[in-house]
Amino acid sequence: MPTLNDILILLPEFYLVAVACLLLLLDAFMKPEQRGTLHWIAVVVLVVTGYMVVAGQPDVTVTAFGGMFVRDQVSEILKVFALLSTLLVFIYARPYLVERKQFVGEFYTLMLFAVIGVMLLVSAGNLVMVYLGLELLTLSSYALVALNRDSPLSSEAAIKYFVLGALSSGMLLYGMSMVYGATGSLDLAQLHVAVTQSAMPHLLVFGLIFMLVGIAFKLGAAPFHMWIPDVYQGASTPVTTFIASTSKLAAFGMAWRLLETGMGGLSQHWQPMLAAIAVLSMAIGNLVAIVQTNLKRMLAYSTISHMGYLLVGLVSAGPEGYSAAMFYAISYALMSTVSFGVILALARAGFECEEIADLKGLNQRSPWFAALMALALFSLAGVPPLFGFYAKYLVLQAAIDAHMLWLAIVGAVFAIIGLYYYLHVVKVMYFDKPEEGGADQPQADASLRVVLSINALALLVLGVYWGPLLGWCRRSFGLG
Amino acid sequence: MFNHLLSLLIWLPIAGAVPVLLAGSARPNLARWLALLFMVLTFVASLFLLPQYDAAKGGMQLVESHLWIASLNVHYGLAVDGISVALILLTTVVGILVVVGAWEVIQDKPHQYMAAMLALEGVMIGVFCATDALLFYVFFEAMLIPMFILIGVWGGPRRVYATLKFFIYTFLGSVFMLIALLYLYHKAGTFDLHALAALPLTFNEQMWIFFAFLLAFAIKVPMVPVHTWLPDAHVEAPTGGSVVLAAVMLKVGTYGMLRFILPIVPDAGQHFAWLVIALSLVAVVYIGYVALVQEDMKKLVAYSSVAHMGFVTLGIFIAFLLARQLGDVDTAQLGMQGAMVQMISHGFVSGAMFTCIGVMYDRLHTRLIKDYGGVINVMPWFGFFYVLFAMANCGLPGTSGFVGEFMVVLASFKANPWIAFFAAFTLIIGAAYTLWLVKRVLWGEIHNPHVAEMKDINGRETFVLLAFAALTVALGIWPEPLIHLMDSSVSQVVQQLAIHKI
Repeated sequence: MPTLNDILILLPEFYLVAVACLLLLLDAFMKPEQRGTLHWIAVVVLVVTGYMVVAGQPDVTVTAFGGMFVRDQVSEILKVFALLSTLLVFIYARPYLVERKQFVGEFYTLMLFAVIGVMLLVSAGNLVMVYLGLELLTLSSYALVALNRDSPLSSEAAIKYFVLGALSSGMLLYGMSMVYGATGSLDLAQLHVAVTQSAMPHLLVFGLIFMLVGIAFKLGAAPFHMWIPDVYQGASTPVTTFIASTSKLAAFGMAWRLLETGMGGLSQHWQPMLAAIAVLSMAIGNLVAIVQTNLKRMLAYSTISHMGYLLVGLVSAGPEGYSAAMFYAISYALMSTVSFGVILALARAGFECEEIADLKGLNQRSPWFAALMALALFSLAGVPPLFGFYAKYLVLQAAIDAHMLWLAIVGAVFAIIGLYYYLHVVKVMYFDKPEEGGADQPQADASLRVVLSINALALLVLGVYWGPLLGWCRRSFGLG
Repeated sequence: MFNHLLSLLIWLPIAGAVPVLLAGSARPNLARWLALLFMVLTFVASLFLLPQYDAAKGGMQLVESHLWIASLNVHYGLAVDGISVALILLTTVVGILVVVGAWEVIQDKPHQYMAAMLALEGVMIGVFCATDALLFYVFFEAMLIPMFILIGVWGGPRRVYATLKFFIYTFLGSVFMLIALLYLYHKAGTFDLHALAALPLTFNEQMWIFFAFLLAFAIKVPMVPVHTWLPDAHVEAPTGGSVVLAAVMLKVGTYGMLRFILPIVPDAGQHFAWLVIALSLVAVVYIGYVALVQEDMKKLVAYSSVAHMGFVTLGIFIAFLLARQLGDVDTAQLGMQGAMVQMISHGFVSGAMFTCIGVMYDRLHTRLIKDYGGVINVMPWFGFFYVLFAMANCGLPGTSGFVGEFMVVLASFKANPWIAFFAAFTLIIGAAYTLWLVKRVLWGEIHNPHVAEMKDINGRETFVLLAFAALTVALGIWPEPLIHLMDSSVSQVVQQLAIHKI
């Protein structure tokens, strides 16, 4: 029987489940023109949940439901930023959805359920819980991608995402079953001890490989990245934003839970594999992004490369590297919300602002949004003094501290290659002349304008004042 | 007194960029006046460095140090020595002249142009003050963004190619410097330059770190063979961009050598000094010949910049040879001193040359030498200034160009007469390409009817050129204050050279 204490530990999650169900009900009884209320309720709910996560955070790590659920500082940080990035998605998405008659209650309900999945996933203390959280997240995401059901592109993306996602979930589950077979435990904390004493080390490593495939797929790291470009391009931009920000935080959480909390004893096995995946992701992501003409597709390849950098942090298999990778995940989430947020702000009914050419001469027409986009792009490229530079700096530092100088050099070389396509977009916005039919007047929605501006300027502010966030990340991994 | 002077110098222009930007395209004159106001304020603030900085004592002064990132022991550390003070003053003076020079010339979005200039100025001052390697790197890289925008938006026809090349080239070099810095941090646990200077390193480590640093700074200087971005960037940049690029930004490269290569990897520096000296001589001689055949005035001056900067790198690395292999510290100091004077002098002379070309370009909208000829007939005042700067460019005694080059040649003679022989070539080649340029542009008959319609310089242009001329001549006749300012700092740098770290 769950005790009251268990329920108190999971209070934010329970609260979110209750409200998501309530919203579903409310939507059924609401007139379409009243849906604006739904939006604001969802926004407030996210803020309240975030408050509950932070305010109710115990001083020490606590577990609930027999170790199924772990509430530690790592999960706290990831939940806060997952809720924050979802909040940003809601605010950026509203005018876009309203103009396209896609402003439906399901969008909010599915998003909230996906967020619940994220929260359970990053707090998982058991392989079953990892799987449950992941499935809740991905099943909601499949539906979200397919939400724009009249668009063949979006249906295609949803089918691709679903098939490949199901396959990778199967791989993950298969790996988990083998790990269970080798150790006799599903609990991550027990696994941590059991993996070093297993009588069947080969089976264990075999299982580990399958789990790595699952992790790489969810992150979107090469060579399991095939779904990313299609889904990014096919899904409606708000959903893409969600997948590019909140989902990446969740994927980092899952990777850390499985690899360190669970399989930390096998790090000498997963380190080289992860390093190979990291190098491949940085290479494929950065090289293929250069030839893209579709902005969302280019950002998809940019995601792949960024996941490579995130993995560079994980590869070092130490608290320094983990905190660097977490910092990277947070910075990436905040940068991608800006870049997609600008696309959302510039899109109009019948005009998606998806092609890079649509941004031609944006500085002439809308200098403020051009500046915001430029901030995001320079930050993604890792140019100081913007936030993204420090994330890259930290993962490279972690690689050097872990005596993998070669990996840091590879990362640096691909950062130079990656620079080109970000600069290309800046060039299109600033140096080209505007064309007819390009991005013209951005959305007038005040909340979008204000929040997007704050989000983008935060990249600059955090580029100067990143110490507190880094300190928070490091403390969660037990560093000073 | 006030002990945040350096922070003020960095952040005042950067903060000033905000109101200038907010003035918007609707009120271009407000943006211009605000930009000028902030440039002048920064200049006035920088003048306070002179009484505050004790030149006789030398060393790092006006220290500001705050913990920036506590968990990584990264500091927001600022301090200046005589060399930095001189370079900061150069930056603030050039800042004013650039804003005045662009006053009516930049008609398209002047507020963005001025804001980019202000941000660039603050960041460049930051480079000259930073004593923490990470902070230095951040400023070093942050320079790229405003310059990228300046060349790309207000540049010439091939501006996109030029600005992308500029950005990616520089980024390429500095990324490897970042790896070297991360490695040093891994060893030392700090980015403090003073602590890094004391860090013992094996020769193998020093060698790799040396090449990482050399790549970063050689691209910035630029040295042969990584100079190819410079002619493109200069040709396409707007006049103000060219002036800042030549006058200040190139100095960041040699300044970086002084702050990083000399103290952190002295043994590798000594071992590979021959390489840098050889490359510098190639720059002086070969690039001088390349400049001779240019048909584009801006390209010619750009190549002449590469040749002149070759003198700076020569002076710095000849000091290695003198101080460590020959044990002649006094002459090493002379060479280093010459390099520093050459840096400041080249700042004024190249800035002035690019301003002159800008003045002609504004009237005729061409930079090709063959389109001009006989300009002196219609623009006598302009001709006066142009000839003066041309003389300074070829190192005529009495102008600032002479002092630094003479000191470097003198020092290299002590090291090896052959080095001095090739270095002295610049006096011939420099005179050749500069005087030939003057001959083809200023003298002779007017064969282009448009030249006949050119008007002489107006008051604004006269002010800019007069300021450059006064500084050039003042430094040439009376370099003593500048040398005094830098003297003890230079000798400290040279003493650091002599330390063996293996």
